[in-house]
Amino acid sequence: MTAHDPALPPRPNSAPTIYAYDEYDRAFVRERVAEFRGQVERRLAGALTEEEFRPFRLMNGLYLQLHAYMLRVAIPYGSLTSRQMRQLAYIADKWDKGYGHFTTRQNLQYNWPKLVDVPDILEALADVDMHAIQTSGNCIRNVTADHFAGVAADELEDPRPTAEFLRQWSSAHAEFSFLPRKFKIAVSGAEHDRAAIKIHDIGLRIVKNAEGEIGYEVIVGGGLGRTPFVGKLLREFLPRAQLLAYLEAILRVYNRFGRRDNKYKARIKILVHETGLDEIRAQVEAEFAAMDRAPFAYDAQELERVVAAFAPPAYEALPAHSDGFEKAKAENAEFAAFAAVNVAPHKVPGYAIVTVSLKPIGGIPGDATSAQMRALADATDTYGFGELRVSHEQNIILPHVKRDDLFALWRDLSAAGLATANAGLISDIISCPGLDYCSLATARSIPIAQAISERFADLERQRLIGKLGIKISGCINACGHHHVGAIGILGLEKKGVESYQITLGGDPTLSASIGELLGPGVSAEEVPDVIESLVQFYLAERRDGEAFIDTWRRLGHKRFKESARREGEDGSGI
Amino acid sequence: MTRAVDPKFSPKVLLASDLAEGDVVFLGADGWERGLSRAKIAYDAAEAAALDAAGKAAVASNRVVDAYLVDVFVDAAGAPTPLHFREKFRAAGPSVRRDLGKQAWLQGAGNR
Repeated sequence: MTAHDPALPPRPNSAPTIYAYDEYDRAFVRERVAEFRGQVERRLAGALTEEEFRPFRLMNGLYLQLHAYMLRVAIPYGSLTSRQMRQLAYIADKWDKGYGHFTTRQNLQYNWPKLVDVPDILEALADVDMHAIQTSGNCIRNVTADHFAGVAADELEDPRPTAEFLRQWSSAHAEFSFLPRKFKIAVSGAEHDRAAIKIHDIGLRIVKNAEGEIGYEVIVGGGLGRTPFVGKLLREFLPRAQLLAYLEAILRVYNRFGRRDNKYKARIKILVHETGLDEIRAQVEAEFAAMDRAPFAYDAQELERVVAAFAPPAYEALPAHSDGFEKAKAENAEFAAFAAVNVAPHKVPGYAIVTVSLKPIGGIPGDATSAQMRALADATDTYGFGELRVSHEQNIILPHVKRDDLFALWRDLSAAGLATANAGLISDIISCPGLDYCSLATARSIPIAQAISERFADLERQRLIGKLGIKISGCINACGHHHVGAIGILGLEKKGVESYQITLGGDPTLSASIGELLGPGVSAEEVPDVIESLVQFYLAERRDGEAFIDTWRRLGHKRFKESARREGEDGSGI
Repeated sequence: MTRAVDPKFSPKVLLASDLAEGDVVFLGADGWERGLSRAKIAYDAAEAAALDAAGKAAVASNRVVDAYLVDVFVDAAGAPTPLHFREKFRAAGPSVRRDLGKQAWLQGAGNR
């Protein structure tokens, strides 16, 4: 962390509000590209077997999937510049098939790269300070954060400097390169949790103590997959200065005691569950007390340097109210709908946060064509200080847009097919690639998302239904976060055909909960009908302003289950 | 061409991923093929064992990755179709992008 030279200026062409690589970062990434190029050459020449090569390719984000290799590109805490987005588009056109898939871990996946081309792709990524390191393997993965970081009206502190500290600490961390299993960390600095911190191996929430000091609430042992758990509170308040040392202590305890005999029981959530939170806490505190904390000592100057990298852009002094925005809404109902759903309050008067949905009706959740990537880059250069974010909901965020510019932005997004007004609504579905691409999947998930989206295509009806998170996974690994969907859908194989289990009551926020099973699985064709019946029951029973999850909590799972069963007698199959 | 088969034996083809490109390939009479229609079909255990051995050899010689036998249905014209939906997708491409993968290539749309 202190290897960075604070005297170095930010890299030209980078957005002012994004952490810019210094020579240390750049050299590290270039060296890794050269190293992997050599490994690929040795693999193609037969000097390395697949067994020997697999760990190398996974360390560089390269998987072998159903139809082709897949390269997962890291987008640290979901932040990227217009320049980086254009480069992602360029790579999609030159070496892939003209599109990319934004994931629930704020990353981007290319579905069709050739092994022989991957070193060149990594070189092209390095040209814009990007890489695919630690997007796979049993290491600390790309750190994720609130996609409204730095701009949210409810924010206590921008979580990106913390996430950047963690990126630097965890990158090529020798001791944690072969953990029992992968390890995911998420950071939030706001009142509302948009980073799903309670379903991560470690969730950090920036908080203030009674003395007014900034520190972290540390949550540990959350996770989805085969055995879902909501994270547990390990430390109510961790002083900022102790962050890296304390996380080092947690990882050491996990690395030492985490199970390696069974990959399905190797995540820290299982260690916490089997050992008990109090015992884990005692072990972490003992390690923390005994360890040499000097290498992880708080460096105020370094923090200052990192925080400065995320300095706000040059906002204009504007009134909170925009006559132009209000007039455009009054004159254009479609824009008014977009503004009501996809625009969020910004902490600076006169500005707004815009969510660009990658969920067109009937489309593939999270997919963007190279043309759309370029349109997003152009849009943020014109209206958003050249910065973009990827959300774990698989959408793109323009974090700083003048309210006066919202209508013009909306017109540009509309022209690029990017103005679907459904953020947070029933068709804003999280979906993993499923069996259309993924070699681990047991069933398809994208066609289910498409069918539901088409069933509820009427955006006016979607707004009437209100906030409703549907999340779909194509296997028990739960990349589509189905456990924490208000309606979760899990694709499985049953007697040689695809079958879908539905759960209700999942919640990824601070009130996190794991969904409860509705009943036996249903066929793909039946899923939209079941969802329809659940929505109709909710609409009939909800009280004013009550979201689906609130009605479910008030009435209880049994009532929803009985409702769906009644529908089942009429043919829905539950 | 079809031939008399052991009714207790499910015909099989050998499927793998091409090492350099990652594309799905099938072992044919003249080597690895991109299209399932040109796959060599094993109609009994001995032929399946021979295919399996060829797959292991191709993996060992770093031509392909992850070779395995796939149960297929063989129609009257001798064309194989995987029995399991997973391999049906592998032989065709993503069901949500008919413009990509082997399905596009086979239709002459060009496989970018």
